[in-house]
Amino acid sequence: MNDAPMLEVSGLTKRFGGLVAVKDLEFEIRPGEILGLIGPNGSGKSTVMKMIMGVVRPSSGSIKLDGVELAGLPAHKIARRGVGLVFQHSRPLNRQTVLENIKVALLPDSLLALFADRGVDGQARAIAERVGLGHLLDRKPPTLAFADLRRLELAKAVARHPKLVLVDEPFAGLTASEVGQFSTLIKEFRDDGRAVLLVDHNVKSVSALVDRVLALYLGERIAEGSAADVMQDETVRRVYLGGALTGSTRSRQFAADSAPVLTVETVSVLYGKAQALQGVSLYVHEGEFVSLVGLNGAGKTTLFNAICGLVPYSGAIRWGGTALDGRSPASIARGGIVQCPETRELFGDMSVRENLELGGDHLDTAERLERLDWLYDLFPILKGRQAQNARTLSGGEQQMLAIARALMMKPKLLILDEPTLGLAPVILETLSKALERLRRDSPITILLGEQNVTFALPHADRVYVLDHARIAWEGPPGRFEAEAAQHYL
Amino acid sequence: MRALVGSRLFWFGAVVLVAAAVLPLWVSGYVLGLLTVAYYTAVFAMSWDLLFGFAGEVNFGPTFLIGLGAYTAGILDSQFSPDLSIWWCILAGAAAAVVGGVVLALPALRVSGPYFGLTTLVAVLMLQNFIVVFADLTGGEIGLPVPDVITIDAKLNYLIAFGFMLVAGGILFGLSRSAIGLILQASGQDAVQAGALGFNVSKHKLFAFAVSAFFSGLSGALMVFYLGTASVGTFVDIGVGVQVIIAAVLGGRRTVLGAAIGAVFLIVMGEGLRPLGELATLIVSVTALLVILFFPNGFLGMIRGGSRA
Repeated sequence: MNDAPMLEVSGLTKRFGGLVAVKDLEFEIRPGEILGLIGPNGSGKSTVMKMIMGVVRPSSGSIKLDGVELAGLPAHKIARRGVGLVFQHSRPLNRQTVLENIKVALLPDSLLALFADRGVDGQARAIAERVGLGHLLDRKPPTLAFADLRRLELAKAVARHPKLVLVDEPFAGLTASEVGQFSTLIKEFRDDGRAVLLVDHNVKSVSALVDRVLALYLGERIAEGSAADVMQDETVRRVYLGGALTGSTRSRQFAADSAPVLTVETVSVLYGKAQALQGVSLYVHEGEFVSLVGLNGAGKTTLFNAICGLVPYSGAIRWGGTALDGRSPASIARGGIVQCPETRELFGDMSVRENLELGGDHLDTAERLERLDWLYDLFPILKGRQAQNARTLSGGEQQMLAIARALMMKPKLLILDEPTLGLAPVILETLSKALERLRRDSPITILLGEQNVTFALPHADRVYVLDHARIAWEGPPGRFEAEAAQHYL
Repeated sequence: MRALVGSRLFWFGAVVLVAAAVLPLWVSGYVLGLLTVAYYTAVFAMSWDLLFGFAGEVNFGPTFLIGLGAYTAGILDSQFSPDLSIWWCILAGAAAAVVGGVVLALPALRVSGPYFGLTTLVAVLMLQNFIVVFADLTGGEIGLPVPDVITIDAKLNYLIAFGFMLVAGGILFGLSRSAIGLILQASGQDAVQAGALGFNVSKHKLFAFAVSAFFSGLSGALMVFYLGTASVGTFVDIGVGVQVIIAAVLGGRRTVLGAAIGAVFLIVMGEGLRPLGELATLIVSVTALLVILFFPNGFLGMIRGGSRA
């Protein structure tokens, strides 16, 4: 291994408006080294990768490849200086064959070269052979299996012999044996003397492959070192697992021995070729608070969308004993299941008050006003912002508004999908208190999807861990760290 | 199997083209005149498809480019005839369309999504206003009569339009199948990835816009010297642009050649139904709507899909 670093990043910062996505980041990668860049959703790792590729322009800082400054250049110039990116998803040319798709990556960026060089064909075949697409050259992308589409992405990225290869979530959606094959391919990059940056959610998925891990949280470095060291790191454990994991004492009993109000039985969902959910079963009692924890991509949102009738599924979902299969999303919502989606879906150009009133549209005036008062009491900050447009609220306030709007619909079951996404710790505290009050003061049933365990565990009566489209663990929050942490780090 | 289908389509196309080439021997001047206009429109539609089907940019203002070509050629001829040959006027028209197109596209390609389309739409309205306001120069709403025409021989006019369509179609089709066409398609589908593969996406899209502008302008200019007059209703009106777009989509997106088929179909059908009066437009529109709804890949898609099944 050569000792001079190939990639030197220093002082790298990205601001989106008032939000600091990446803050004064510094790291290096040597030739023949694989660095894992990990962090939970919203930690800024994707932004770092996009800045290196030139897809996103850094606000400040330096990115040097073999001593040459890349920061601020457009993507195509950075690509020509030797950086390649393996996309997680892309849109291949569906009417061209696999071979032609690879050839595109080999074409010169010229308006004069009407026809490809003769050598291109041979090169494209060699690359296809190397990534394991040799037998699929004449197939078109829509007919390919999911893993083969990922191979095609890999093939395109390596076509230009990048010195530095960036890989976005290398193993997402792959089976165990495919993970092995992809690992071998990535190791070959290292053996070729290329520098590799793997971007992923957690250490576990990349630990077998990486030489070093850099962990990010809220745009800042929290740990760096070997995979084992980072997994043992106090800060990392706190970010992923939460600090002192104590479940709150119940002030209100739910009928644990009665029949569950919501049952999900062996539900599976396919997105094209990717298995988003595989035989998931769970149940929720009336008045219970159930947390479903899992990393980004584990399938939480898919499960919620299946419950709400937004995606087709196999298996059965029952609400109060009757199957929801075949009912429209609107009818399911009227039946009392209301989802507060990860993306919030606020009406940005309407005021806070208007957003809330729309949520309570079906109530009569007196009931609506009473409900509004109760919500303003739950989230006092919204009262002061009544006339403000939703778009102009801070992230935390938007989240509160989204929850409040969902509550205006008087749900029996409230589904909260990643309410903490992208929020600062101080806001989490406020949200957490509001949830605690909600649980104490009203008979509502809550199903919470979270990757932030610190937030998800304290309120929960029961916890499920969703990992790679399956339920990996179920139990009370107090046993989580001892039994389920290995699914998570 | 695919090769057979391909070759069957090829032979079918060849027979149609030969028949079209010897058509002047058989049919009346009225039919030839109709087809002459249809062939020029076919070039408009093919140029548009290069931009939409391959570069992925919806140009709502094909008539901005067509109008620039037509009016530049027409004004030059009306001002300088007979000192200036009409062929220079036609070339100047094509050049004006390219310059205007690039000036429009340079800033417009920086904005993403629907804003590019809106920019092109505004450009058409601006050109239309310009023509009306500077009526002394442009003939305004009445139209601009040009002193010269290419020829008054209907057969010759027909053959010129036919030959021009063949050459323009050949170049545009060849370009779409070349390495540049592939890069354009990649840029249109996933600009971020195309950039990460080292392609200057703006450069390629700008090139596509310039090529599209060149053939649109050239065809517009040629058509002026066939019709002997330039008017907003023929060359600039939004409705004309919509017809070009419908022709391209009707014939089959991303095929270039389908756009020509769609254009000829629209023009001929519109004329054939003319005895029905206002109803004709309605029937043509409904037909177009049905094809687009049920066969989004257009006529060529229908033929290919049918043969494959």
